[in-house]
Amino acid sequence: MEYFDSSRLNALLLFLFFCIVVLAFIQRARSGGNLFIRRIAGLNAIEEAVGRATELGKKVLYVPGIMSIDENQTIASLAVLSHVAGLTARYGAELDVPNKDPLTFASARETVREAYLHAGRPDLYNETMVHYVTYDQFAYTAAVSGTMVREKPAANFLIGSFYAESLLLAETGQASGAIQIAGTAEVAQLPFFVCACDYTLIGEELYAAGAYLSREPAMLGSIKGQDWTKAAVAALIVLGAIFESLHVFHGLKSWIGIN
Amino acid sequence: MFLKVRLPIMLTFFAGLIPIVAFFFVDGTPVVKKLSNSLEQDMVIVSGFALLLGVVNVVQGNVRKIEPREKGWFYAIVLLAGMAFMGLFGAAGAMRLFGLPGIGMMPDGRPTPFQWGSLYMFTPLQATMFALLAFYIASAAFRAFRIRNLEATILLVAAVFVMLGRIPIGEPLFGPITEWMMQVPNGAAQRGIIIGAALGAASLSLRVILGIERSYLGLDKNE
Repeated sequence: MEYFDSSRLNALLLFLFFCIVVLAFIQRARSGGNLFIRRIAGLNAIEEAVGRATELGKKVLYVPGIMSIDENQTIASLAVLSHVAGLTARYGAELDVPNKDPLTFASARETVREAYLHAGRPDLYNETMVHYVTYDQFAYTAAVSGTMVREKPAANFLIGSFYAESLLLAETGQASGAIQIAGTAEVAQLPFFVCACDYTLIGEELYAAGAYLSREPAMLGSIKGQDWTKAAVAALIVLGAIFESLHVFHGLKSWIGIN
Repeated sequence: MFLKVRLPIMLTFFAGLIPIVAFFFVDGTPVVKKLSNSLEQDMVIVSGFALLLGVVNVVQGNVRKIEPREKGWFYAIVLLAGMAFMGLFGAAGAMRLFGLPGIGMMPDGRPTPFQWGSLYMFTPLQATMFALLAFYIASAAFRAFRIRNLEATILLVAAVFVMLGRIPIGEPLFGPITEWMMQVPNGAAQRGIIIGAALGAASLSLRVILGIERSYLGLDKNE
């Protein structure tokens, strides 16, 4: 019996190409190669947002999305949370992280605790900073919106995976006058965040956030590798469109089994 | 060091690698597919235990509000009472205790206490939150469509065409234009974002599997 799924050969080839390119750039970054990563306004504004909250004596609200830790956007969000928590620890600002998913809650708590420890301010950390709310999407939205209206945080971070609650949270935050930084890879929710937030991390910017903020060469190398793969994919799409339009390689298509 | 750093990274490596390998194998392949399915089931079990941790956190947080009579302490009592009501009747129904036939309806057509709470308390509250979306869309659209510069003007004109094309009176005239706008310029932009996001997700996954990205474990690069 043949175990390998030959219909996924193209995916395997792209996967191997992607791994090789990313690993090559990570190696290059580790050996001291200079890698330019473009400026991401939303990430540069994080320090400004936390600073503003500190000056106003109000809290920083961080919403890590509504999905679990098996979602890549949540992992990317926790990387940003680590940076935000480091800043609130340094500045002495109050941080509030309400959670919908219990596994994300456990990870977020550990992330914030370690960020305070690394910032040299474990005394400022307390268990109530990262708390669990509910597993229900709209009950969670009601609770977070209530916090925005009652406590009026000076900075709202809405970073992670969001669905129908994205506009409810972003508009409530906008009405409360907070500076808002959002980020998601959910294409349907992006227009809402762009409308209602001051800065929005769009798709890949969210995944690049951890690397961008840490400035660690190996992480930046992976972003560079990803960019080159994207360029290769774009070139393939253009070539594919040209060849398809000119009916070139039709025989090749049937040979490799594409209908 | 081993338990805090190396073991979680090793577990992440294997847990991340198995679904990737399983993706390239046909269904029915021994070991690989079984391991991959088993990982998914384990995730559900771990989530169940983590939910208990969440419930404990909710109780602790709200008791902490009630004791010193913090602002809004009364709502903490309402929350705890609601949680106790649904939790107790849900568990009793699921275990068929006190003559309850389950968590759905009674044999005579009346709702069980859990179902009553769900139908007449929880569902209307959920619907209320969801219904608010209509008002928020209106306020967000008002802000987005204000003519401030060329881009906002283009957005407004495009939105007017799309809205007219999506209502019965405007569909015959604006329908084809709407379809073209949604499929061609909008579709192209969306595909660009989706391709970028997919590669970003793959790159992040690779960083997590290789142990380069560790912030989700509460670790930094020096650990």
